[in-house]
Amino acid sequence: MKKLALVFTLLSTPAFAAGELKVYHWFEYMPQELVDKFKAETGINVTIDTYDSNEAMLASLKAGRLGQYDVAVPGDYMVKIMADQGLLDSFTADEMPNFDNIQDEWLDVPFDPGRKHSIPYQWGSTAFSVNRDVYKGDINTLAIIFDPPEELKGRINVLDSQGEVLALASMYMGIPQCTQDRDQLKTLMAMLLEAKANWASFGSDTAKDVLVSGDAAAGMIYNGFSAKARAEGANIEYAYPKEGAVVWMDNVVLLKDAPNRENALKFMNFLLDPKNAAAVTNYAAYTPGVKGTEPFLADEIKNSPENNPPEGATFDFVAACDKETQRLYDTIWTNLKR
Amino acid sequence: MAAEATSRSARSGTGWQGLVLPLLLPSWLVIGIFMLVPVALMAVYSFLTKDFRGGIVWQFSLDAYDQFFVERGLFGDEPPLPNWTYITIFWRSIWQAGLATLLCLIIGFPTAWFIATRNPRHRALWVFLITVPYWVNLLIRTVSMRFLLRDHGPFNEMLMAIGLIDSPLRIINTDLAVQIGLFYSYLPFMVLPIYAAVERYNFALSEAARDLYAGPWTVLREIVLPTVKPGIVAGCILVFVPSLGAFLAPDLLGGARTYMIGSLIDEQFRGSAGNWPFGSAVAMILLTMVLAVLLWQVRVATREKR
Repeated sequence: MKKLALVFTLLSTPAFAAGELKVYHWFEYMPQELVDKFKAETGINVTIDTYDSNEAMLASLKAGRLGQYDVAVPGDYMVKIMADQGLLDSFTADEMPNFDNIQDEWLDVPFDPGRKHSIPYQWGSTAFSVNRDVYKGDINTLAIIFDPPEELKGRINVLDSQGEVLALASMYMGIPQCTQDRDQLKTLMAMLLEAKANWASFGSDTAKDVLVSGDAAAGMIYNGFSAKARAEGANIEYAYPKEGAVVWMDNVVLLKDAPNRENALKFMNFLLDPKNAAAVTNYAAYTPGVKGTEPFLADEIKNSPENNPPEGATFDFVAACDKETQRLYDTIWTNLKR
Repeated sequence: MAAEATSRSARSGTGWQGLVLPLLLPSWLVIGIFMLVPVALMAVYSFLTKDFRGGIVWQFSLDAYDQFFVERGLFGDEPPLPNWTYITIFWRSIWQAGLATLLCLIIGFPTAWFIATRNPRHRALWVFLITVPYWVNLLIRTVSMRFLLRDHGPFNEMLMAIGLIDSPLRIINTDLAVQIGLFYSYLPFMVLPIYAAVERYNFALSEAARDLYAGPWTVLREIVLPTVKPGIVAGCILVFVPSLGAFLAPDLLGGARTYMIGSLIDEQFRGSAGNWPFGSAVAMILLTMVLAVLLWQVRVATREKR
C-alpha cells in the first residue's frame, strides 16, 4: 500500500512534468529544427501529435483528449467554435513578452477579439491546383472542381475538410455561407453530389502527395502545400478562382486544462519571435502574422505565385455557422461522403 | 498462499478445483473491464441525444436508430421513407468482406495444404515466411499498397513495360483497390487455422479412400473437407469479421470516396460528423450482425457434433 501511494505521488509531482510540452498540430507544419531550437533554448521536451482537419481536431479533443495537450493550432472559425464551447484557456498580454509582435491587422480579430486565447501562427488561402500537363485551359474558376472539364474528370482530389469544401461550394454557387434558405441548401447538396461523381478521392494530408505522384490531376489544396508540391516537381499551377477562394489563419491556442500551461506560454512566445515565425514560413510556405519577419524570409517563399495573388482575386474566411445550419451542413457532408 | 493452495489441492485429490475461481478472476476482470463495459457504454450512448459537434447529452433518444433506418429529407420534415443509404453501406461492406473471405480461402487453402504436406522440419520455416510481412504495422502495409497500385506505381509501370497495357489501369481509389487491400491484410488469418487443421489430418484416410475407388474430387469433398472444416470455418470468421469493420483500406486505398461500415463509424467520432450516438448505434447494429453469424456458426457446429 505504501508503495502504491509512492507511485501516485511520483505521478502527480509537478517537477516531473516541468520539462514537457504536448502540442496538437497539423501535419507537416513545423520544421524539426525549430522544435530542436525551442528545446535547446528552454530545455522543454516537445511532443507533437498531428491531425488533418479542424473538425477532426475538435472531435478528438471532445472525445477525451482535452487535458492531454497544452496547445493546438485551429483555423480561424474553429478558434471561435472552441472558445464558444469552453475548450480554451485565456492569457493576458503581460504573460507573453513578444505579444506586441503580432501584426496590427491580426491583433483584434473577429474570431478571438483582443487575442485572449490565441496567437497567429500562419495564414494563407485554400483553393486548388491543376496539373498543367493534363489540362491547359483556364483554371481560375471553381468549375474546375465542381463541374470539371473532360480531361480532369475522375482525377480530382478534394480536401477531407467540411468547412473548406462547403465554403468553396457556396462561393461557386454564389450563395452566402451558412445560408438558411432551404432551396439554396438543397441545390448546394445536389450540386455537390453531382460533382462527387467526378472526384477520385478525399484527402487532406495526402493532398500534396497525390498531385506530385500524378494520382490526381487537380486537387483542392492550401497555397503553401501547393508550393511544396511544385517544389517537389509537380507541374502544377495554383488557381485564384474568380468566384473567390478561402482565406484562413491558423492560430496557436492555449487549451483548457493544459497540463503545462507555463511551457505552453513559453512556446507561444517563442513562436512570436520574428526569426522563428519566419522559420515556420520558410518551411510551410505560407505567410506569418508577425512583425519583422521580412529579413528572415526566403525569396522563393516571399515571391512564390502561391503567396502573391493577382490583382482582383477575392477571398473569404470560412464562417462559423449557428447550430441549426451546422446540423444541416453536417447532414450534407455525411451525404456527400457516404 | 502457495503452501495453502498446495495443501488444499492435496486434500481434494484431483488438484486445481479450489483454485478455479481465483485463477479465472483475472481473465474475467479483463473481459469485464475491457470488453463488456465499453460495449455497454456504447449501447447506452446509442440511445442518447447528440451534442453539437461531438459529445452527448444525457437524454433518452431514438434519433440515432431513426437516422439509420428512416429517411426524412435534408430538413427532417418530409414524410418518412425507408433509408437505404446506410443499408447500402452495410451491403457494400458485407460484399467486400465476403469476397475477401472467398479469395483468401481460394488462395489460403492450397497454401495451407502445401505447408502442411512439407517435411515437418521445414513447416515452421514456411509458417514463419507467411507471418514475416505481418510483423509490419497494418497502416504501413496499407500505405505501401497505395504506392504499389497508383497510376504510375511499380505495378502499372511493370505491366506497361512488358507491353500488356498502354495506359495505366485505374486501380487506386476504386473498390478493387479496397478488395486487394482487404485480401492482402487478412490472408494469414485464413492460412494459419487451415494449416493447423490440415496438419492434424491423417493422410492414411485419403489413401484408404483411394483404395476404395474414390476419385480425387470425392476424396476432397467427402473426406478432407469435412475433417478440416473447423479450420476453414475459423479462418473464414477471422477474415470476414475484421474485413467488415475495416477502415484503413477504404480510406487509404479507396480514396475515402465510398464508406464501409468502419469508415462510417470512424467519421462519427474522429471526422467532422461528430455524432457519437449515431456512431454507437451503427456499431451496435454491426455487433448484433456479427454476433448473429457467430451464434449461427456455434449452433451448426454443435449440431454436427451430435
